Amino acid sequence: MSDALYYARRYPLGVIGALILIIFVLTAIFAGVVAPMDPLTTNARASLAPPSHTYWIGADMMGRDMLSRMIHGARISLAVALGATCIGSGLGAMLGLASGYLGGWFDLIVQRIAEIMQSLPLLVMALVITASLGPSLTNTIIAIAIPLIPNVARVIRANVLSLRELNYVEAARAIGMGRARIALVHVFPNTLAPLIVLATAQLGSTILTEASLSFLGLGVPEPYPSWGRMLSESAAEYIRSAPWLVIFPGLAISLVVFGANLFGDALRDILDPRQGD
Amino acid sequence: MAPVLEVSGLSTVFHTRAGIVRAVQDVSFSVEAGETLAIVGESGCGKTMTALSLMRLIPSPPGEITAGSVKVAGTDLLKLDEPGMRKMRGSQIAMIFQEPMTALNPLLTVGRQIAEMVSLHENVSRRAANARAVEMLHHVRIPAPERRAREYPHQMSGGMRQRAMIAMALACRPKVLIADEPTTALDVTIQAQVLDLIGDLRKELGTAVVLITHDLGVVAETADRMIVMYAGRKVEEGTTKDLFADPSHPYLQGLLASIPKFGAGEGTRLREIPGIVPALNNLPKGCAFAPRCSAAVAKCQEAIPPLETKRPGHAAACWVT
Repeated sequence: MSDALYYARRYPLGVIGALILIIFVLTAIFAGVVAPMDPLTTNARASLAPPSHTYWIGADMMGRDMLSRMIHGARISLAVALGATCIGSGLGAMLGLASGYLGGWFDLIVQRIAEIMQSLPLLVMALVITASLGPSLTNTIIAIAIPLIPNVARVIRANVLSLRELNYVEAARAIGMGRARIALVHVFPNTLAPLIVLATAQLGSTILTEASLSFLGLGVPEPYPSWGRMLSESAAEYIRSAPWLVIFPGLAISLVVFGANLFGDALRDILDPRQGD
Repeated sequence: MAPVLEVSGLSTVFHTRAGIVRAVQDVSFSVEAGETLAIVGESGCGKTMTALSLMRLIPSPPGEITAGSVKVAGTDLLKLDEPGMRKMRGSQIAMIFQEPMTALNPLLTVGRQIAEMVSLHENVSRRAANARAVEMLHHVRIPAPERRAREYPHQMSGGMRQRAMIAMALACRPKVLIADEPTTALDVTIQAQVLDLIGDLRKELGTAVVLITHDLGVVAETADRMIVMYAGRKVEEGTTKDLFADPSHPYLQGLLASIPKFGAGEGTRLREIPGIVPALNNLPKGCAFAPRCSAAVAKCQEAIPPLETKRPGHAAACWVT
């Protein structure tokens, strides 16, 4: 507890990031309770209604309450961000661990594939994957997770390469421990710090990628309210006549990505003192 | 009494780009239960490589054990397959390392690491393994072992960590304990405690100890017998008392003469052996020590001297003495 206070005082920006993320996560979890209206109910009379005390931040073309849609949209963003980060980091960590610890031809092949994947931008690869899988929530998560794998695998591999030369790994061999057990008991737990940092740092970019995919019409399909698609649907047509349709989803995306990055930076400094001041 | 550890003709080489490095050449020795054998020599003379060869922990490739046998209680370790060897490590032959600061995993409690070792070799419950860990910590005289078992390595001092390492190494009652410079990283008072501890445990458990060190003070204090290594070969062997009183090989004579003496008077230069250990991939044709030896004769440049018995229980490899 005192540790938390100490770090909070040292990294005030990290605290702001954490607060933004906490609010975002709570909103997503309690969307049903917090949202003033049903996000899917249309109301022709309220089409493009400006912000008022019924529709706090206005209504969209079909008269759906923007605030409620934004609140439910947080769920989608969170699901995609967490899902993709967990799958991507998990698979990447396993590959990196195996690659670094086993070495040899396995390492060689994994690393070359990772290099090929890394030569494509995250968004382009996600685009290709969703385009071939078809748009759905699960496919979006998979499409964003796969491009994360090589980054994580390479960082973890580099870490494992230095860890496996350490004395306690040698000592574990000297007491008769097998390779698999050493990798799981002694090597893997020591890669968790960089893994957590990396995963947090990528949280922001996954949210952004989801928004971009949805913006391009390849993300989470209707009727789920996705921030990216809310933005894309309204950007061209209504930016002049109903700017609230564009401003608020855009703000929400920026804020969450900002929060995730602030938190990730602070976490990196805390868990990895070498990169700190 | 039959020796517990019998090493004969052990040779280990490393295949490197600079040629074949002969790290250990034709080394033989044996240790009885409850006995301490010291292996001494300068840095780079093959002490640690001998130890790692005994454990079969030589990184391979590039390392390779090319000849010899390592028998622990009659079983030749060099003939075992890897799973068989894994069973022997820890339960029959264990090793403690030089650096107690890094030889424990920082993320696991000390008790857990010892328990891990126990459950690896013995079919016991988690609880029994934990109880054994506490018992071992008590055994190596760590105060409040129940509490210490739940602590992480960073909460312990260097000496305490080395004791925890000893506890781990001895948790499964191995017949042979290899201690590779166990006290080098510790300060002198702690060194004495750790050495006493190893000595006591050896008597209690009947463990044969192979003590690797470059510190002749440590040898005099703890070892029953010693072998001296130079450039990967055994050059002298005998009881500690005998070797200290009357060394046969000029190398050991030089080492003993290099120990600073009390009362030698201020301003007296410390004695040294001139030169350095030759590169192991480029050894001279004859005696490897000849280029640094003040007693060397022509024959020393020509042929490698065989190990011959100079007195009962005392052998040395030298043409001159």
